Amino acid sequence: MAGLGRGRGRGKGYMSFSIEAVGIGKGENLPPSILQPTPLFPPMEHKPVPLVMGEEAEYMLALKQEFRGNMKTLPFYVRQAVSKKDVERYSDKYQNSEPSDNTIEWNPDWKRLPKELRIRVKKPLKENTSLSVDTPVDPKPSKKTRVDKEEIIHKLETLEKKEEEVTSDEGEKKKQEEEQQDGEEEYDEEEFEEETDYIMSYFDNGEEFGGDSDDNMDEAIY
Amino acid sequence: MTAQEVRLCGLLLQEHFGEVVERIGTHLLRGGAQNLRTIANETNTPLDLVKKSLCVLVQHGACEFGSGRRGPGSPVEYRANCERVLRVLRYPRYIYTAKTLYGDTGELIVEEVLQRGHMTMSNTVKTVADRLTHNMEEGRSMEYSEVVSAFSKLVETHFLQRCPPVAEMGTAASSTTPSNPDCYKLPHVTLIGRGKRRRSSDDSEEQRGGKKAKMEVESCGDEGIYWQVNFERFHQHFRDQAVISAVASKLDQTSSEIVRTMLRMSEVTTTQTAAYTQPLSANEIFRSLPPNYSISRPILDQYLSLLVDDPVGADLDSPPHIPTLNLQRALANLARATLESVVQERFGSRSARIFRLLLRKRHLEQKQVEDFAMIPAKEAKDMLYTLLSENLVQLQEIPKTPDHAPSRTFYLYTVNQLPTARLLLQHCYKTVANLIERRLFETKENKRLLEKSQRIEAILASLQASGAEPEQLTEVEEMITAPERQQLEALRHHINKLDSTENQVDETVFLLESYIFSTKTK
Repeated sequence: MAGLGRGRGRGKGYMSFSIEAVGIGKGENLPPSILQPTPLFPPMEHKPVPLVMGEEAEYMLALKQEFRGNMKTLPFYVRQAVSKKDVERYSDKYQNSEPSDNTIEWNPDWKRLPKELRIRVKKPLKENTSLSVDTPVDPKPSKKTRVDKEEIIHKLETLEKKEEEVTSDEGEKKKQEEEQQDGEEEYDEEEFEEETDYIMSYFDNGEEFGGDSDDNMDEAIY
Repeated sequence: MTAQEVRLCGLLLQEHFGEVVERIGTHLLRGGAQNLRTIANETNTPLDLVKKSLCVLVQHGACEFGSGRRGPGSPVEYRANCERVLRVLRYPRYIYTAKTLYGDTGELIVEEVLQRGHMTMSNTVKTVADRLTHNMEEGRSMEYSEVVSAFSKLVETHFLQRCPPVAEMGTAASSTTPSNPDCYKLPHVTLIGRGKRRRSSDDSEEQRGGKKAKMEVESCGDEGIYWQVNFERFHQHFRDQAVISAVASKLDQTSSEIVRTMLRMSEVTTTQTAAYTQPLSANEIFRSLPPNYSISRPILDQYLSLLVDDPVGADLDSPPHIPTLNLQRALANLARATLESVVQERFGSRSARIFRLLLRKRHLEQKQVEDFAMIPAKEAKDMLYTLLSENLVQLQEIPKTPDHAPSRTFYLYTVNQLPTARLLLQHCYKTVANLIERRLFETKENKRLLEKSQRIEAILASLQASGAEPEQLTEVEEMITAPERQQLEALRHHINKLDSTENQVDETVFLLESYIFSTKTK
């Protein structure tokens, strides 16, 4: 701003330019100088214009909120891996594992990215193979495993035909398993249910132990 | 990359990609080009997470990579693109425009491509067909061919373009059209099939058939050809819309139709940064007018001369009979109107009068301002100083003598349109960032309540699906008390308002950005 006063009794303030030119008359009351930052929510003298409401605005609003919601479910939403709890649990094998840091959940086109960015692609659990496969993922290994399964199925079928003592129950069971191995994502949980002896919905972590029984109040709970 | 832009980009990245990507993204935006190790060390993030985030950013075009500064041997460097991240704010507008132009199919195509950054054509067609089938009635499904035709229309009108090819060394070519001649060529792929509806009962039958169809479509023949949304084309469309509506409100409907016809005819031939449209003869315009506007030739000439004389809106520079639209001036006029309305809303109509006066008369002294604006001296002074403190108005000194003595210099008030537009643009960015932060704050405050309501909705849905009695439903509904319900209602209302405001501020952002951009390229 204009220069400070060298003031020895020069009155209110002395500026390097003549303030009449800018319009401040002589001896006029200037507003006091402000010595602190302006308030966070200053009072508004003029109210703002109301928002545009209408079909178009509402549709765009819905689009925006939907888009945000969808982005949170896509694999592009990178979440930091939560550190594991104290002990490894049996249920960890069969419940959804949290995203881990060193695998990527989608399959980018590695030719468009520099080589140093390659990390392991997380194979979905349904394949019944190990949880992560080494770089890069080609359709070949999955085809190989499918081909292997088909071979096994053929072998089993021929064996079935040869053996006449195979009971109908066993045959049906094998066919069921074959169908399930052919099956796609939807039978994820049920496959695992077949393998374990426990029904998933009944599985109890045991962490709520001790808080349930209110029947015998006279017995002390240790 | 100003501080406000970086802050806004950070918030947008956080909302759409999570906090990890936000951290990496803001670091890149603030620090310029860096290589992988530097990023990992300076942000204290594990290397794998950094790699994941960079993959996400490159996938969405927000980050580019190139060979390092010290030549081909040095590690790859990554650069974040601030503008591209700011586009995320405009996604709903793009999707809505696609809907108005090409219907639901077009809308879903654009939405899918925006969500995934870039996609192959076959992938897009499959996903969109499945989504459309999902929403259709039972027994009907969407043919791939319909989706393919919508896709080709989008490509023909340049709304979608191919991603530029990436060279082996990891240097990405600049994605401007000249260096990418096949930008708009559709790949020769025949996609035959229908959308699949995901139903559990059908799955067992579709297993074998489904597997075979999947294997066929996988090797579809357009591997490596990725499509992305062409933002520039959408911006051109928005700009045309703005000009047309300005003409319509200033003059009348017919003249806006004329302007619309002119713009449509030069749509594909005009590049985004062109200041003028292609010259068109009046005959061509006459022939291309829509049939319901049956105006005769002399009336058309009258309208054209009216548009020429009009100082605001679309300006035609014409030797007669060769009208062109001066888009640069049109944008400047639109930006000026925006500035004027901002001053009006914030400082009142009299300050706006002073502002408009200064815009037209360029330089005025204090006394002249009072006289021309017909405002008493004291109030005029007050308003001028308020505008000056907000930096909307500047003081210009003109010395009379070489020694710049203050008693012998003129002090003139002036408004410079371009710097003021830049200032307002930064204010807009700050506004949107504040809106987003406030929305996040409101959501966080009421997190408990929101979770409770979500859980209850889930319970209600499962009860209804398994056919429960109405008493059970009311019992569950009563788990939310009335004051809680009111609180939820108020919360939803606030969040909707904040979201809607972001959309509308973005319209102003678009106008100002286009104006500033048009002045850069001369």
